[in-house]
Amino acid sequence: MTQFTLWDIFRNLLLATRWTILLSLVSFLGGGILGLILLFMRIGHNRAAQFFSKIYVEIFQGTPLLMQLFLAFFGLGLFGINVPAWLAAGVALIAWTAAFLVEIWRGCVESVASGQWEAAASLGMGYLQQMRYVILPQALKIAVAPTVGFSVQVIKGTALTSIIGFVELSKAGSVVTNATFQPFTVYGLVALLYFALCWPLSKSSQILERKLNVAHRNH
Amino acid sequence: MSLIEITEVRKSFGPNEVLKGINLDIEPGEVIAIIGKSGSGKSTLLRCINGLESINSGSISVAGAQLLPDELHLKALRLKVGMIFQQFNLFPHLTAGGNVILSQAVVKKTPKPEAEAIARQMLDRVGLAAKFDAYPDELSGGQQQRVAIARALAMRPIALLCDEITSALDPELVGEVLAVVRSLAAEGMTLLMVTHEMKFARDVCSRVVFMHHGKVHEIGRPEAVFANPQTPELKQFLGML
Repeated sequence: MTQFTLWDIFRNLLLATRWTILLSLVSFLGGGILGLILLFMRIGHNRAAQFFSKIYVEIFQGTPLLMQLFLAFFGLGLFGINVPAWLAAGVALIAWTAAFLVEIWRGCVESVASGQWEAAASLGMGYLQQMRYVILPQALKIAVAPTVGFSVQVIKGTALTSIIGFVELSKAGSVVTNATFQPFTVYGLVALLYFALCWPLSKSSQILERKLNVAHRNH
Repeated sequence: MSLIEITEVRKSFGPNEVLKGINLDIEPGEVIAIIGKSGSGKSTLLRCINGLESINSGSISVAGAQLLPDELHLKALRLKVGMIFQQFNLFPHLTAGGNVILSQAVVKKTPKPEAEAIARQMLDRVGLAAKFDAYPDELSGGQQQRVAIARALAMRPIALLCDEITSALDPELVGEVLAVVRSLAAEGMTLLMVTHEMKFARDVCSRVVFMHHGKVHEIGRPEAVFANPQTPELKQFLGML
């Protein structure tokens, strides 16, 4: 029986971490873009667009990410479309991330006092100008910390994609366990790697929050 | 023709009618104080004049610009009337100068150097030339309100609407804001102000409008309105009953 050194295990997990990072980045960026589009639909004046955005958020926040992954993976397969695991994982995570970012950002936009809109309007600015020059610069500042904080959820969310066979950190963990029969060591390292990815993000979210708040108070 | 013509204006919030047919014509250079109990509709009337609230019926026009609910007409109207708010509503992410420059640059497309020159001039006019680079939260309430006045003036409005502009200020800061308003009145600016400063209304205003239950209940020159109120409601409001 082959003996695996700790380094063998760690090296294999580290290689799989690439895919966790890549999937997280794709989900976060894709979700960010989709989220931005949904945000403008939600806060714009078009009733139908508002409604669509609202329903979208309710559906994706109201169902487990795992079900969304299954539906993306098996659902499309029912129609004869062969979906590779990486594609299903990417699509589902982008859609899921967008649903949460919209709500975070909508909260940020709405937290800008209504008097700001009124002051901008009374100076003759149109809706888009009010948004661009007065509301968004303020909302953006509020949004930074919670958005960075949410990226941690996205990274942890990628672990679920192991169930549909996408080989990222968690899946690599179970593969390596099956070969080495050292589950505690392997999953311990897996957890450590997740922590190494997530902790700097949540810490920087805290720092950003404090820093931007101070900036808001004193400029 | 009057500068501001308010004709049979009605406004409801749901089943609650707050303006029940307001008629008021304001001549150029007039300084009008609107007084009345809270809930009498005085702030709503002011907000209707520059389209922050839509009206249910009647008409409002300012120097020929009609109040209509589309963005183009609203913009034309708002370029003629500036508004000052109780809560100042300065843009916190911009300096005092930036606040005064923004709408000139964005709405009027004034070139940056010219907009900045006007901003300096307007801040100087309200006595805050030195605070050009200060952010709103570095300024006192009275200073913030004066920046808000400078910001409105920079758009060269024909008339200014003042919505209880001293009500959120500490007593010792009220004077500096009222001094600015007084100087504007002296220069011939048309002013329509909702106020609780009765002494100021008596000293500076050309007419006083007493609103009660969504109607203009009594109107006249300040000396007449304050010294010789005709209706029991106004007498009660002035504490004479």
